[in-house]
Amino acid sequence: MPASGSQIGQIAGTAVPVRGDDIDTDRIVPARYLKEVTFDHMGEYPFMDERFDPQGNPRPHPFSDPKYHGASILLVNANFGCGSSREHAPQALYRFGIRAIVGESFAAIFAGNSLAIGLPTVTVPHENIEKLMAMVEADPTVQLTLDLEEQCINSPGGVIPIQVPDTARNALTQGYWDSAATLAANESKVRQTAARLPYLKGFKS
Amino acid sequence: MSQKTLYDKVWESHTVDTLPTGQTQLFIGLHLIHEVTSPQAFAMMREQGLKLAFPERTFATADHIIPTDMLERPFQDPQAEEMMRAIEKNTKDYGIPFYGIGSDHQGIVHVIGPQLGLTQPGMTLACGDSHTATHGAFGTLAFGIGTTQVRDVLATQCLAMDKLKVRRINVSGPLSPGSYAKDVILSIIRHLGVGGGKGYVYEYGGSAIDAMTMDERMTICNMSIEGGALCGYVNPDGTTFDYLRGRAFAPQGEAFGRAIQYWRSTASSNDAVYDDVVEIDGSAIEPTVTWGINPGHGIGISEKLPQPEELADPAGARRAYEHMGFEPGKPVLGIPIDVAFVGSCTNSRISDLRAAASVVKGRHVNPRVRAIVVPGSQEVKLQAEKEGLDQIFSDAGFEWRSAGCSMCLAMNPDQLRGREISASSSNRNFIGRQGSPEGRTILMSPAMVAAAAINGKVSDVREYL
Ligand code: SF4
Repeated sequence: MPASGSQIGQIAGTAVPVRGDDIDTDRIVPARYLKEVTFDHMGEYPFMDERFDPQGNPRPHPFSDPKYHGASILLVNANFGCGSSREHAPQALYRFGIRAIVGESFAAIFAGNSLAIGLPTVTVPHENIEKLMAMVEADPTVQLTLDLEEQCINSPGGVIPIQVPDTARNALTQGYWDSAATLAANESKVRQTAARLPYLKGFKS
Repeated sequence: MSQKTLYDKVWESHTVDTLPTGQTQLFIGLHLIHEVTSPQAFAMMREQGLKLAFPERTFATADHIIPTDMLERPFQDPQAEEMMRAIEKNTKDYGIPFYGIGSDHQGIVHVIGPQLGLTQPGMTLACGDSHTATHGAFGTLAFGIGTTQVRDVLATQCLAMDKLKVRRINVSGPLSPGSYAKDVILSIIRHLGVGGGKGYVYEYGGSAIDAMTMDERMTICNMSIEGGALCGYVNPDGTTFDYLRGRAFAPQGEAFGRAIQYWRSTASSNDAVYDDVVEIDGSAIEPTVTWGINPGHGIGISEKLPQPEELADPAGARRAYEHMGFEPGKPVLGIPIDVAFVGSCTNSRISDLRAAASVVKGRHVNPRVRAIVVPGSQEVKLQAEKEGLDQIFSDAGFEWRSAGCSMCLAMNPDQLRGREISASSSNRNFIGRQGSPEGRTILMSPAMVAAAAINGKVSDVREYL
């Protein structure tokens, strides 16, 4: 079966922490930016309403802070990406430069959307995310390497184990995260499945 | 692992294959699309030269960006106009039925699917919208998906998915007067948490759910996602079948009888095994409102605002108080409101409008409140007008609008201004959700919104019954 995406095994770089549980996708990308019919400009919008007040004056936020400039790993707390299913949220983070997200937990649709664009979301327990955030806040130049094969993060402070569902790990490391081609390759089985479902024929016996 | 639940049965009948990653390739029986999350998917289709796999299984409408008071084209907002043109062109190019402006079937995607009889038990359904869970009310496995997955469904009629666990939530009845489906689901989310459903599908049952109409079951399933569950469902029963009988896309004549047999067979068996079971005493639920910035920040109308330390996430609660400007320990009853919104896929069906109208009838909206009613679909609108509900609302000082999402997410001109507080029958009280980054939202049932509109403050609807 064809793998249609690149193989994603390791992500190395600096990190940016965004603290707080239940950060919803309305906060990641406010709805007004969803009126654009392409994702092209999404990289300009992450956390817009937290980075600027209603008058457009900058507010302190890690995504605006020069010391985190160029970070490729995002560190978050629990239930990140809850709420709206807008893929604009992971698209915005990806286009901003984020290549992996490490957190305590992720909302289901957000994790699925991220996987579909090749953006890994991996989990670590609360103590370890605190440790990572503290490390990065103390020294934003710290280099982390997220290793999906070995299921760990290598940091100057030691090796931290990560959790990632086997299916997502396989999809990323083997290049199957963009599923369209894989799904399409099974066309005859799809037709067989459809033929078994009575509602597709309107229950005409 | 769960066994013999509706989820297990429908998952199995729709399984195409196991993918090399270990994910399941799941066939999607019905695909619904709308203007906001589809244009990028069609762009990918064109770019990658993909064809529509099952053209007869996708249906489209426009809801999110519709200006509900001014439907003339071109729309005043050029971005909304561009979005509308994109879905018109895409559905035309790909031969997808489109219920746009001017169609009697236009409306919020989760209101029109059931209303047309497209949504049926034992089916898998996907839509690029998180509230797709709504369709679970019919015993449908309904998944909210992102745009890349919308492309996958267009191109292959399939999704790559991981199987979830099933949590059965039993709600015993009867509900107390003044408490509605909305109060039940707000109360469930309050107790299980906004992340509590992670990894689960919710199956709702018990005497309170059994007694509910389809409209009410849709309200419950709709907010499954607010509880962190990807989908929620109710097993199909006589109420489900009665609702579907005679609908435009429901099987007709003898086929309907065969359909009922099939639908029944998809329901969870008596000896089904669940991964978790939760019992909720429905009769103890009082009218419930939110006080904070996520749908888990719920509270009974007669309670006092909680201390952050009493809650699972004190930091989040403090942030909520900071945004809302409320004080722990004070009553929630009596908080002044500026805007009243009856609408959204949670609560914009005919029974919701009836409930709100019965409170409003013969009364008047407080002069400092802006109040609007936005029916979930044109069909709901026409039905309401037939029953004279529009007149009741207009006489009371509500604006009567056309169908759309409106102030649920404020992608159209209906928005909060500044720090306004809205009493809203929608599903999300996230910061900025109703259009103003400083705006504040208090979620409640439509009847409670009506009571708040009249009093100009958070009120107890039981005083009006
Ligand atoms: S009414 Fe609100 S929640 Fe429902 S589909 Fe529209 S925007 Fe989404």
